[in-house]
Amino acid sequence: MADAPLAKSLAAPAPASAEEAPLYVPRKQIYPQAVKGRFRTIKWVVLAIALGIYYFLPFIRWDRGPNAPDQAILVDLANGRFYFFFIEIWPQEVYYLTGLLVLASLVLFLMNAVAGRVWCGYLCPQTVWTDLFYAVERLIEGDRRERMKKAKEKWTLEILAQKVLKHSIWILIAWWTGGAWVLYFADAPTLVKELATFQAPAMAYIWIGILTFTTYTLAGFMREQVCTYMCPWPRIQAALTDEYALNVTYRYDRGEPRGSVKKAEVLRKQGLPAGDCVDCVQCVAVCPTGVDIRKGLQLDCIQCGLCIDACDSVMTKIGRPTGLIAYDTDMNVQARIEGKPEVRRIVRPRTILYAGLIALVGIVMIAALAMRQNIDLNVMHDRNPIFVRLSDGSIRNAYTIRMANKHLEERRYTLNVEGLDGARLDIVGGRIDQDGQPILSVGPDQTLEMRVLVTAAGDAPASSTDLRFILTDLASGETARARDHFKAP
Amino acid sequence: MAHDTHEQIDAVTGVSTTGHSWDEIQELNNPLPRWWLWSFYATIVWAIAYCIAYPAWPLVSSYTTGVFGWHSREAIVQDLDALKAQRSGMTTKLAQASLDEIRQDPELFAFARAQGKAAFGDNCAGCHGAGGAGAKGYPNLNDDDWLWGGSLQEIEQTIRFGARASLDKGHQGTMPAFGRDGMLKRQELSQVSDFVRSLSGLPVEKGANIAGGAKIFADNCAACHGDKGQGNRELGAPNLSDQIWLYGSDKVVIMDGLWNGRGSVMPAWNDRLDDTTIKALTLYVNSLGGAQPH
Repeated sequence: MADAPLAKSLAAPAPASAEEAPLYVPRKQIYPQAVKGRFRTIKWVVLAIALGIYYFLPFIRWDRGPNAPDQAILVDLANGRFYFFFIEIWPQEVYYLTGLLVLASLVLFLMNAVAGRVWCGYLCPQTVWTDLFYAVERLIEGDRRERMKKAKEKWTLEILAQKVLKHSIWILIAWWTGGAWVLYFADAPTLVKELATFQAPAMAYIWIGILTFTTYTLAGFMREQVCTYMCPWPRIQAALTDEYALNVTYRYDRGEPRGSVKKAEVLRKQGLPAGDCVDCVQCVAVCPTGVDIRKGLQLDCIQCGLCIDACDSVMTKIGRPTGLIAYDTDMNVQARIEGKPEVRRIVRPRTILYAGLIALVGIVMIAALAMRQNIDLNVMHDRNPIFVRLSDGSIRNAYTIRMANKHLEERRYTLNVEGLDGARLDIVGGRIDQDGQPILSVGPDQTLEMRVLVTAAGDAPASSTDLRFILTDLASGETARARDHFKAP
Repeated sequence: MAHDTHEQIDAVTGVSTTGHSWDEIQELNNPLPRWWLWSFYATIVWAIAYCIAYPAWPLVSSYTTGVFGWHSREAIVQDLDALKAQRSGMTTKLAQASLDEIRQDPELFAFARAQGKAAFGDNCAGCHGAGGAGAKGYPNLNDDDWLWGGSLQEIEQTIRFGARASLDKGHQGTMPAFGRDGMLKRQELSQVSDFVRSLSGLPVEKGANIAGGAKIFADNCAACHGDKGQGNRELGAPNLSDQIWLYGSDKVVIMDGLWNGRGSVMPAWNDRLDDTTIKALTLYVNSLGGAQPH
């Protein structure tokens, strides 16, 4: 080919300089080392509580009487009800859920303002399940060094057996995770029985399958990549935080310059500056996301505090004070270097604002819940015909009313109409009691639709008159109101 | 364009190149991920299997039916059967209960009304309107003026056999064409029209001969419409003393009726609708608002 020499000359490899390094970094497999200490203990306790709640909550019973399920927390999609202990929510009241989500995000912001990524380090499901999966891995395949060694070795029967065992336990945990999820959507003991005898609805098996798969892949394989690449919270968190927020911090004012224990002793004797960091890299070895905390705050760091435990144990061994890595702020590290006093302000406008908002939303929600109507009334005017002239010349309008009885027993109501003097109210199919008052009886936790006729007395009223429908609970006197119009020619 | 058999690595991305180079731009060798490629092959296999299993390809006068023998029409029939089976409890109750029993059972009444509403939309709305408001010549079913009676039994009768639909069954009785057939003169029709308007308090022309009209009415109209114009449901003769006018209350409209006669027809539904549907329709129409007081 004619242009071959030119192409060849152009295809000569360009010199690889620092500026032209590859744009993508391949993932490094992380083998976190076991660690003991204060924060590890906190993490185990949080893990036990969080998973305990998740796995066993559907089995808690809550007696609501004969007309409602007795499961404390139940999302009853088929009947459109959400039960939460003493609260029962109908689909149109989904704003309670919105309020709960608003509250949750505000609490997240407050946690962030006080101590950075507490959520990431201790509470996030991704962290909790990954922690659990690492624990299983460590139990079967050994600690960091053994696992790294095995990863390099050729597979033996022992390694294979360990892998099979590890993945089996992982899948079992993942399966239980999916299994617990579906229990929130149906009566838990019944569903467990059905699942065991393969008589559960197909949807239950599908969801268990989906969640088994996601738990297994997210906690077993993707792990810290979820936090580093997939999760939006680290980005949002970085934008929301300020200099007062406590973070897992390497106190470089104390740690630098790094060196061996012996070298540091020699330097100290000579009165020269010597840091406490002995460069043992234990903080990196225990890190579940594989970062070096000594490089400062970074996006990959979930601030679980395990490096604090690792460093503290090393400091104890070499007889130096603990807390070389601790919950601190960069601002204070800088202040200590400059000899200025430290600043610790948990109470500051930001935290006051968040706490205030949480209190406000909480009060609004509690008030809304306390004042929640147990009856609802909706009125819809007939569209065709808008009004009817009766044989005596009077005008009548027809409406469809829908009553919702949120009580868990049958209730009886009367309906009245206000706004049109002397108007007559007829309920099609309504029962009439002795006083000539129509009685509407609505079943427990049900709605009832009725056709209602309002007839204006005497002369034709104005072309549009405001009307108020009032539904009164005969037992409690509770009322529900709805507005509509009376139309005339 | 040229080929170079030596594998070359692009410095910036660290990816090997294909050796293709255009104006110093090199093509990187980024093959499709295996999982993607295998998914793609799997969809092809799936598509072939689907074409074999299900109806897929059009032929000249037919189509490939597929080895499963699946048929969309049969699937719909199955769905409808399942729906019928699901409703059968209420439908059976509806079929067995009498009209008055259904009226007393709120749950069954609501079910009947819902079914009746659907049937009304399918069969009746064409003339009576979607909400039963009627039109000129087609009665409004929401009011309390009934040509043939507004009780459950009377409404059922009207739906089953219609009005003036056949000579042997159902409602009969037509308004004769007094003018066209020469029974009354134009002058007399005018007088009786004024009288009829006065029955319901409508204003009449100055100098109208009401007394003359009353005499003509008594001689010619009272037999069907009653001596006070109160109507007769046996014959479907409208009440002329109330505020509701099937065709209108203008003198010219009344004159037109007197001249040409009236006799609008409602078809009989007995042979077109099943008993349960007629029952549901009866209850629905009755509940529109014109129900006679219990």
